Amino acid sequence: MPVGDEESTAMITYGLVNSVVLALIALGFSITFGISRVANFAYGGIYILSGVIGWFFLVKLGFPYPLAATVSVASAGLLGALIYRFLLQRLRGLELSEVISTFALGLIILETLRTMGVMGFDYRLPPFSRGSVEILGTYVSVQRLVIIASGAILLILLHLFVHNTKIGLAFRGVAQDDHTAFTVGINPDKISMLSLALGSMVCSVAALLILPLGTISVDAGYDILLKALAVCIVGGLESTTGIVLASFIIGYTEVFTAMYISSSLTIVVPLFCMLAILLVRPSGLFGKHKELEERI
Amino acid sequence: MTDFIKRKERIDRGIKACTDDIYCLSSLREIAYLLIPRLLPVLVVALLLLLLPLYWKKVMLIALIMAIMAMSWDFMTSCGLVSLGQALFFAIGAYFSGSLNHYVGLPLCISIPVATVGGGLLSTALIFPALRLRGMYFSMVTLIIPLMLMRVIEATKILGGTEGMSAISAFPGVWSSIGVGTIAAVATLVFLRRLVCSDYGLVFIAMKDNDNAVEASGFNTLWFKVQAIFIGSALCSFCGAFMTHYHMSVGMSAFALDLSIFPLAASIVGGIGTLTGAFLGAMILGPLSEAVRAFGSFRVVTYSALLLFFVVAVPEGIFPYLKRKYEQTERWS
Repeated sequence: MPVGDEESTAMITYGLVNSVVLALIALGFSITFGISRVANFAYGGIYILSGVIGWFFLVKLGFPYPLAATVSVASAGLLGALIYRFLLQRLRGLELSEVISTFALGLIILETLRTMGVMGFDYRLPPFSRGSVEILGTYVSVQRLVIIASGAILLILLHLFVHNTKIGLAFRGVAQDDHTAFTVGINPDKISMLSLALGSMVCSVAALLILPLGTISVDAGYDILLKALAVCIVGGLESTTGIVLASFIIGYTEVFTAMYISSSLTIVVPLFCMLAILLVRPSGLFGKHKELEERI
Repeated sequence: MTDFIKRKERIDRGIKACTDDIYCLSSLREIAYLLIPRLLPVLVVALLLLLLPLYWKKVMLIALIMAIMAMSWDFMTSCGLVSLGQALFFAIGAYFSGSLNHYVGLPLCISIPVATVGGGLLSTALIFPALRLRGMYFSMVTLIIPLMLMRVIEATKILGGTEGMSAISAFPGVWSSIGVGTIAAVATLVFLRRLVCSDYGLVFIAMKDNDNAVEASGFNTLWFKVQAIFIGSALCSFCGAFMTHYHMSVGMSAFALDLSIFPLAASIVGGIGTLTGAFLGAMILGPLSEAVRAFGSFRVVTYSALLLFFVVAVPEGIFPYLKRKYEQTERWS
């Protein structure tokens, strides 16, 4: 097999992994925003916190993996619900206050964790399996395959949940128009609370899947928020299709840059994708919804 | 039952019965009523700067510079542009004057003004793609840009990379830096307050309330937003340039999140949209953050906790509260 082919298969596989990671990260943020119009800037904080909770139960207390993961996901969901109930519900409609309060909360979580010394090699979640599989001449670790599979499963499950259950219907109703939803007996506050809980749970799942690839560090919390925002802005905040497409665009561009230009430039890719899309289509690739009214 | 429910009645003091900016003054007492709140802060700041020991003088100076950042944030917010990345403008000013001094060798009295204007222009150009966005979409983009640019400098090693630039010429003495800083802070306060009250400034304020209406009135909102960003970012760039020469070095810490959070926290503690509130807030938070400096990153936690508390519990802020107490008498009726 010629060398060029090997390189391109490596690019395809790594690009795929990278894209799914980005999609997983952005998914929780976009779910919450799409349903309740709350931009959850505490996202990075929740991500790292649920990683730390998972680590604490798994490594420190020696719980079995499913139990530790459940605890982590459940506590993230609870945290999201509490954030809505005790913070955002008071501030509903004051967009500035919503942004600032969630942002401040995220900072509090992250910087408190930093003060408590969450950093370094001790803080790492064990991967499901240390093995790797050879696919078309490139080795891919099992963990990365698990990420791809779970990302796909999560997307399908969420789609089924939103389109086939009563709560999912209520979600879509509130997303379209919360006043009208209220008149037909859906409580928008309750649904918004659930949306925040759901977003945080997806965030926690993403954390448990992705964090084993490296160590848990506070700075990653900021990175996650930035990446989620960049993907959401490129894809259009309300659209899941847009999120998936945007994460594939950014994911593959990143890998391409790393392989053919310079690996130090990867971090620039999301920024430039974002600025470029803002110049051409300020509402993002798929964000047609209420384009004129809300964004421009 | 209703007899037991007492209501607080607020009555404007006589002098406020006129309009907001035209007063009918008939006695020294009334002149004093208007002048004291305007002169008192200036006098207090001047006195503190004269009397405090050198260490706290420096703390005050940094608080004054941060007050400029806070007022610039407050001004931009009054125009409907809520930025979460004020550090970007600071850093652009800091690197601009740093490189002018370090690579070109221009003296400080040229590099600071050039960096102020040039930094403002550069920041405006960089933010321009995001200017068509509104509300929280704009905030998201401004949050991303400085943190990403920091990575760019880290990765590409331009402008001194992670180590930054050092050996930048310093102010000729402590008093010159204190003088420049104080005059700049007070001048910014007066300038922005006058600006916001003028006919020209009214367009900015109107953009926050309803930019479609402003557009419909025949103003080009994009162009006015560009001007607002230029004014705000030039002020921040001045702060960056000043601090570069003050510390004699510039590094990636200019992009740090602290610098984005501080103006926000100061304005919210002081009262959003009042400018004086931002100044007051910075004067409170500056020394406070110095006091908790020993705790390292716990500093950010302190700001954020204060921020959260004020947003939820005291949304109006300190300054509007004081103003109300000063201008109105209250009684139970």
